[in-house]
Amino acid sequence: MAEQPPVRHGPDPQPPDPWARLRAATPARIGLGQVGDAQPTRAVLAFQAAHALARDAVHARLDAAALAAALADPPAIRVRSLAPDRPTYLRRPDLGRRLDPACLPSLPKGDHDLALVVVDGLSATGITAHAPALVAAILARLPRHLGLAPLVVAEEGRVALGDEIAEALGARAVVVIIGERPGLTVPDSVGAYLTYAPKRGTRDAERNCISNIHRNGGLSYAAAADKIVWLAGEMLRRRLSGVALKDDQLVSLAGSAS
Amino acid sequence: MAAFTADLGGTRYVFAGLAGLLAAASPPRSGDELAGIAATNAAHRAAAQQALADVPLAHFLDAVVVPYENDEVTRLIIDGHDAAAFAPVAHMTVGDFRDWLLSDAATTPVLTALAPGLTPEMVAAVSKLMRNQDLIAVARKCRVEVAFRTTLGLPGRLASRLQPNHPSDDPAGIVAATLDGLLLGSGDALIGVNPVTDSVGNAITLLEVLDELRQRHAIPTQSCVLTHVTNTIEIMARGGPVDLVFQSIAGTEAANRGFGVDLAILREAHEAALSLKRGTLGNNVMYFETGQGSALSADAHHGVDQQTLEARAYAVARAFRPLLVNTVVGFIGPEYLYDGKQIIRAGLEDHFCGKLLGLPMGVDVCYTNHAEADQDDMDTLATLLAIAGVNFLIAVPGADDVMLNYQSLSFHDILYLRSTLGLRPAPEFEAWLAETGLARPDGRLRTLDRDALPAQRFLALAGGTDG
Repeated sequence: MAEQPPVRHGPDPQPPDPWARLRAATPARIGLGQVGDAQPTRAVLAFQAAHALARDAVHARLDAAALAAALADPPAIRVRSLAPDRPTYLRRPDLGRRLDPACLPSLPKGDHDLALVVVDGLSATGITAHAPALVAAILARLPRHLGLAPLVVAEEGRVALGDEIAEALGARAVVVIIGERPGLTVPDSVGAYLTYAPKRGTRDAERNCISNIHRNGGLSYAAAADKIVWLAGEMLRRRLSGVALKDDQLVSLAGSAS
Repeated sequence: MAAFTADLGGTRYVFAGLAGLLAAASPPRSGDELAGIAATNAAHRAAAQQALADVPLAHFLDAVVVPYENDEVTRLIIDGHDAAAFAPVAHMTVGDFRDWLLSDAATTPVLTALAPGLTPEMVAAVSKLMRNQDLIAVARKCRVEVAFRTTLGLPGRLASRLQPNHPSDDPAGIVAATLDGLLLGSGDALIGVNPVTDSVGNAITLLEVLDELRQRHAIPTQSCVLTHVTNTIEIMARGGPVDLVFQSIAGTEAANRGFGVDLAILREAHEAALSLKRGTLGNNVMYFETGQGSALSADAHHGVDQQTLEARAYAVARAFRPLLVNTVVGFIGPEYLYDGKQIIRAGLEDHFCGKLLGLPMGVDVCYTNHAEADQDDMDTLATLLAIAGVNFLIAVPGADDVMLNYQSLSFHDILYLRSTLGLRPAPEFEAWLAETGLARPDGRLRTLDRDALPAQRFLALAGGTDG
């Protein structure tokens, strides 16, 4: 930036924006101006637009077939929770944590180190946008000796849905990639939850979480994949997950998508 | 366990126990459905309300909803009950009580004297028989005045908590949002930050920044970093500038344990804050936040509906003569309050129950993006609460909390409520706005666009511009 302010010509120069420096200090909506007591039209419309994107992300349906094909060849296995639709899903988190028993036959029982489950959660928009690249980054980093179960895509799911899926697949640990609750600034953030010895009834304190994976100032695919693969390795080596596996970079509490 | 019955539409409904009756009589909400205790249909609910109307208020002193032996909140409620204050309504049923509350006999001084005689369960019960307008009309008659450096709860006043949160606790960003709120007339109830990092060191840094800002501009208000009560005890021991002690609380001992608190630790913090003597006008030094659904969320609800449990949290709060109590009504999500209608109803219930129990009640009028609600619903609830005489409302820049990722009210919304309903800020803060020139002689705030000089000078002093 030039040190000298530009020379202004013309009769009515704009006064400098008194908020310029403060605005640089926070993403909050400060210095919006006023019309009477209210916010100006531009500020109101910007807020409504951000809320619209967040709402649409919450209610978007996952194109599970397309995602399953994008994740793997042959396509990933598709399952769903006991929540039949979005309104039920939002009211009944307990149903989103349970696997529809009709899906059990499609999950072949095996003997694996790790299962990788992609779940729509509260942002199908986020999962559609980021899951293929994030999963590819994870697969590229997994050690060769690690036994990976077939990939799974789950609809209308919460984090704990991964427990039953991993149990059915016969996996010692599970990584759940899930859409996070959309905010006004970022409607497409995803998170990763890691659980050792997953089974029905596993508590959230027994998980490790990496959140804020998105392309708007969040964690990059590479950085997220590095952490996920490191954590998965530690989890399998030490045979535990959750608070006991906490380090300074990690938060072990399950968030709003749990 | 007593059984209650009601006949409706040719069906006899039987309710086993007070908790089950209260739950079935509660207006619909997703959290009670999730807990499996809600009425099964509309007729079931209407029958429960009829049965509840016939229950004597005195019965609530005998039949507790959470066992006395296992729960210190129940013991606090029963042991602290003031029988003399209760006497004027002791003969009434819940239905009689509603009629009496709405009558001219229930004046402001009468309701103030009654508060220690009421239990949370009585207040929750009568709220279930009341329509929204009843909740507003009775709350408007209650008056709860408190003070620290400002006086809150005076008639004709509406205060606000300025909530300048920042996604990484950056002090410059928090100051920027604080200045935005002050220039828009917010902050007379509190300047209160929710920290991202819940550590003692971080909280001290933020407290010092806010205290320095307050002192430099002689702003008559109080500040708070909303960290865990055990952290605040440690901060006070280290000499940090603590005005108010904050804590989230709930309506059962088990749910409070989930928050990492009990009555003993709250008493310890209360004593420590009183000993600092930092208040100039009063010594109300506690700040509590609550919200329907927190007990179920902690798996500590004992089969009691979420609205009754919320009222029980107010029994915890009133033991500590707080400056501020607010329900964070729509924050918890749609599995507890599904949509705008449920959030609006719950906000009015919480404010009514808190006020009737003698609390200086405020509300965070808010919602998350996965709830079926929007800013129109918040406008409706905020307007109703301001009419109901709410002590304070929470406000953030542009209604968008960039740290907690939910939507509350904006500073502009507070201005709208004040000018539309003829409400004014806390008197000490109002005088400060006039002295600094931030407000014009008629009380209207100057905007930066028009008559900007005093506001620009303020921004410059505060480090916003080069002046």
